Amino acid sequence: MSLPFKPFDQMTAEDYAAIDLKVGLEVHQQLLTERKLFCRCPAGRYSNEYDAEILRHMRPTLSELGEYDGTALMEKKTRKNIYYRIHHATVCTYEFDDTPPFMINPEALDKALGIGLLLNLNIVGELHVARKQYLDGSIPTGFQRTGILGVDGWIPFGDRKIRIRQLSIEEDACREVSDVGHERVYLTDRLGMPLIETVTEPDMRTPQEAAAVGQLLRLLVRSTGQVRTGYGAGRQDVNVSVRGGTRVEIKGTPQIWRNPRLIYNEARRQCSLLHIRDQLRERGVTPESFEARSEDVTKLVADTEYAPIREALGEGAVVRCVLLKGFGAFLREPTQEHTTFAKEFSDRVRVIACLTKLPNMVHSDAPSESLAGPIWTALRRKLRASHGDALVLVWGSEADTASACNEVIIRAREATEGIPSDTRQALKDGTNGFERVLPGADRMYPDTDLPPLEITQSRLDGIEAELPELVWGRMQRYRESGLPEEAVWALCVSRRQAELFDRIMAESPLSPRFVAIMLVQRMKALRRAGLAVDSLSTDEICGVFRAFAEGRLAREGVLHLLTHLARGVDAENEAADGAERVERTLAELGIAPLDDAELKARLDQKLAELDAGSFATPAKMCRYVIGQMQRDCVGRVSGQRVARLVHDQLNVPLEKSPVETKA
Amino acid sequence: MSKNGNNSHGYRGVGLEVLDRHGVGVWSDVEIESSRGSFRGLILPRSETADDRHIVLKLISGYNVGIGAETITKITEHGRREAHYKIPEKEFPRDDAKPNIVLFGTGGTIASRLDYRTGAVIPAFSPGELYGSVPELADICNLETEKLFGVFSENMAREQYLTLAERIGQAIADGYDGVVIGHGTDTMHHTAAVLTFMIQNPPIPIVMVGSQRSSDRPSSDAAINLINAVKAAAEGDIAEVQVCMFGPTSDEYCLLHRGTRVRKMHSSYRSTFRTIGDVPLAMIDPKRITHLRQDYKRRRQDREVKIVPTFDDRVTILYYYPGMRPDLVDAIVEKGYRGVVIAGTGLGHVNKPLYKAMGRACEAGVHVYMTVQTLWGYVQMYVYETGRELMELGIVPAANMLPEAAYMKLCWALGQSDDRDEVKRLMLTPVGDEITLREPYNGYLVYQGEIPEVQEFIRSIRR
Repeated sequence: MSLPFKPFDQMTAEDYAAIDLKVGLEVHQQLLTERKLFCRCPAGRYSNEYDAEILRHMRPTLSELGEYDGTALMEKKTRKNIYYRIHHATVCTYEFDDTPPFMINPEALDKALGIGLLLNLNIVGELHVARKQYLDGSIPTGFQRTGILGVDGWIPFGDRKIRIRQLSIEEDACREVSDVGHERVYLTDRLGMPLIETVTEPDMRTPQEAAAVGQLLRLLVRSTGQVRTGYGAGRQDVNVSVRGGTRVEIKGTPQIWRNPRLIYNEARRQCSLLHIRDQLRERGVTPESFEARSEDVTKLVADTEYAPIREALGEGAVVRCVLLKGFGAFLREPTQEHTTFAKEFSDRVRVIACLTKLPNMVHSDAPSESLAGPIWTALRRKLRASHGDALVLVWGSEADTASACNEVIIRAREATEGIPSDTRQALKDGTNGFERVLPGADRMYPDTDLPPLEITQSRLDGIEAELPELVWGRMQRYRESGLPEEAVWALCVSRRQAELFDRIMAESPLSPRFVAIMLVQRMKALRRAGLAVDSLSTDEICGVFRAFAEGRLAREGVLHLLTHLARGVDAENEAADGAERVERTLAELGIAPLDDAELKARLDQKLAELDAGSFATPAKMCRYVIGQMQRDCVGRVSGQRVARLVHDQLNVPLEKSPVETKA
Repeated sequence: MSKNGNNSHGYRGVGLEVLDRHGVGVWSDVEIESSRGSFRGLILPRSETADDRHIVLKLISGYNVGIGAETITKITEHGRREAHYKIPEKEFPRDDAKPNIVLFGTGGTIASRLDYRTGAVIPAFSPGELYGSVPELADICNLETEKLFGVFSENMAREQYLTLAERIGQAIADGYDGVVIGHGTDTMHHTAAVLTFMIQNPPIPIVMVGSQRSSDRPSSDAAINLINAVKAAAEGDIAEVQVCMFGPTSDEYCLLHRGTRVRKMHSSYRSTFRTIGDVPLAMIDPKRITHLRQDYKRRRQDREVKIVPTFDDRVTILYYYPGMRPDLVDAIVEKGYRGVVIAGTGLGHVNKPLYKAMGRACEAGVHVYMTVQTLWGYVQMYVYETGRELMELGIVPAANMLPEAAYMKLCWALGQSDDRDEVKRLMLTPVGDEITLREPYNGYLVYQGEIPEVQEFIRSIRR
């Protein structure tokens, strides 16, 4: 490992290989179902409105208590008040844990099993619902109901396979509204929605590879047409480790493109933490020799000019100082981009001790930014700190500062061992911060409220029969038919799009490229212009392309007709037969293609109506006539043909005309 | 060779056969090959009520899955890891300055932990185990525990009621400052009522407690209910049989309910216990007890108490429904029942065709009392002619006694006498507000959702 780290842009695959970067993904994807997973509330209705609020606390159950003595539990009293906002339309008594679960939603289960088959998983014989503990309050029960559907699958990636460890079906958690001090507020509308989690093995070797696999998995699930789309419907967590490091989970963003920088920063953080540990060892600071203590220093800092402490003192806060023996200078060591080791401490103080107002600590490795020199000297004397030691100050209520000191000491002790197993949150700037301690397998236990559910072979066979073509095969087919890569992805990401494309190609002998561009780019433009193109039936769209293939519609008329059809979509028309509607609209518009003779006749008529003398130059007349002709023949003939004919007729050289570049 | 011996841990039929055939059993760490692919994990015990065609495997991730026994082609054993779980015990600290409390267990789990490998619930009950799971208790009292029975609350009956009453009497004599009874919630109000009748004029609080969400869940109400119940027993001034359970569904406070007026009103809500036709005794949280009424019996220093442990269970509740046929009443008499509590409609009515049968029952010496299935409100049998006719037959109106309380009281009274007048005297003389003289205006509050003022309340008050 070489420190300092190269900047993100300059990192190569070899650099990542040198630190033995391993990345795994956990992809969460909401399923497209009418109702939630374990109750009958509607899924996918979001609103910030609420009818009621309830208050709950999360009490650590005995397994967590194993590590705490009574005193530690007293400190746990600095826990959070959790408020759940409830809207009667989206939440029933199940979500807030006052009614036992109903049987699992079969619609969700079938859709998830279908995806499990596409991931080449070994599907279990029986689904056992487990409770996975979460003490952050994001689920009012304190656990998430979740079950494994299959294990040990794979997806193709380039010329190798990415292994899929497991697929689970689970209920989604609350949306956090705010988290300040001891109060956390959640919205419950998303709570309980069916979700699948796909976990890969740590088979990705670079941040870019992780993003590419992330895209591929997203594409796979979306190609089934069985999942929700839109912001937050798919979320990816990344698991990162480097040589000598620990698996650290970063709770992902809904945007895959952000992941590479996150992974880079986490790799860098882990290398830095290992480096700090090694340097601490050189100084003789090991888990065994580790020494730290804290004292109340409120009086010593009473006269400080440093605004955050001065203001807190004004509100009756106490200030405590932690001495970290042998930690001097490490707190300013960089760990991620624009981030130093001190943030590891500040994060813990914020999350666990609930001192959420930043800055929530100062330290002696950046003394000039906070307290005056004489105060630091006095603190050093009070704590009997020597030159190589670090001091950390925290302030707040008596209980919170005591808890904060405890956390600082816990985190420092962890630094002598290496990298703590954290769940970390992704931040917008590509760095990450502490979210909670990574829970182990111990937090899983069977849900005694629900019996095991057999996954019969006939159920699986039925699901398999309805599955879409494998997206890898489909992509390959599209590439071979000459489609550009963007079009391949754009078609494959939507089952409807892909199946529409395949049907058009089967019915009409058209250029795949032309059809793909029409479906992907042109339709998108219409959609952006506010037209209801998504309401058009496949029969209608296919009818348009068939008319074109049969020569009853000019190439230019395709978009024209689609636009008219989309404009005319209403309740009455939706019920009508699609193909018939195409024929009718076609007839109404009167846009049969014009052959050369018809075009010539129209031009002759136009020229006869004009006085050539009124134009300054033949070229100007030429442009005018082309414009008129195009308006008259819209959708029936290409601009190029009109231009060529007019130029020939008026005897103006074609290349000088600006019309050529139009259309 | 079967590794499963006499204990097949819930496996039987095809499942057990497959395990035996491959020479593996529960706690084997195995790799299973099946027609659905291969699976690696630890074989776990199987629920007795589940089918016999699947093997339960705990994967390394902690998840359990079931593998179809008939799909299995090969099992390779990599070792065995047997689970033994015990709750960490810590000696409950003793402080002579603190009150002495005894906790009686009846079988419901007040505190428990899960064996994370099997999913089995291991009850925590000894003081050491309880201290390990609810250490706050040591801030309140010195705690001793005694497990009286191991039954679910629906299996509580005559024998248990008598034992409980006698043991509580003994605890009072022994000088305890309070008694807590851990009880399943389903029939907690039945037990609370009968204990009120059996333990008359106790000098100390007798507090019943349970939980609606088991204590292995982070959202459990068990610890809070227990802390508050112990506080009510140790520090509270109410020397009556009372129930301590969640007040609102929010984690705010518990309510202390009088044993004869409390009822479980929801199959799963944590705020399921409500005082019916009256207001609760008090609100309680770890910081304070807020009395809601002053007409309670105060804690005393003496040890005077009258224990009346009598119970005849040849009594039934007849929940009336339209079209009920008289032969049902005849059958009750024929089978030798001595008492009937009718849960009648409205103010206390049953249909005309039952009259003759009711008359025959009273004639045969069966004691018949009328309560109302509306739960709230008094029986009033003078308002309609039909009510008067019923009273003439010998049916006694039981005022505003809840049907379950009336049932427990009739069992208790018939344990003491068969004399019509004496039973009636016992029944209609209130021991602990099972009959009240007046119903307070705010004793009946059932809110209806969506009404604007109710919406405003639940939005702003967080209940």
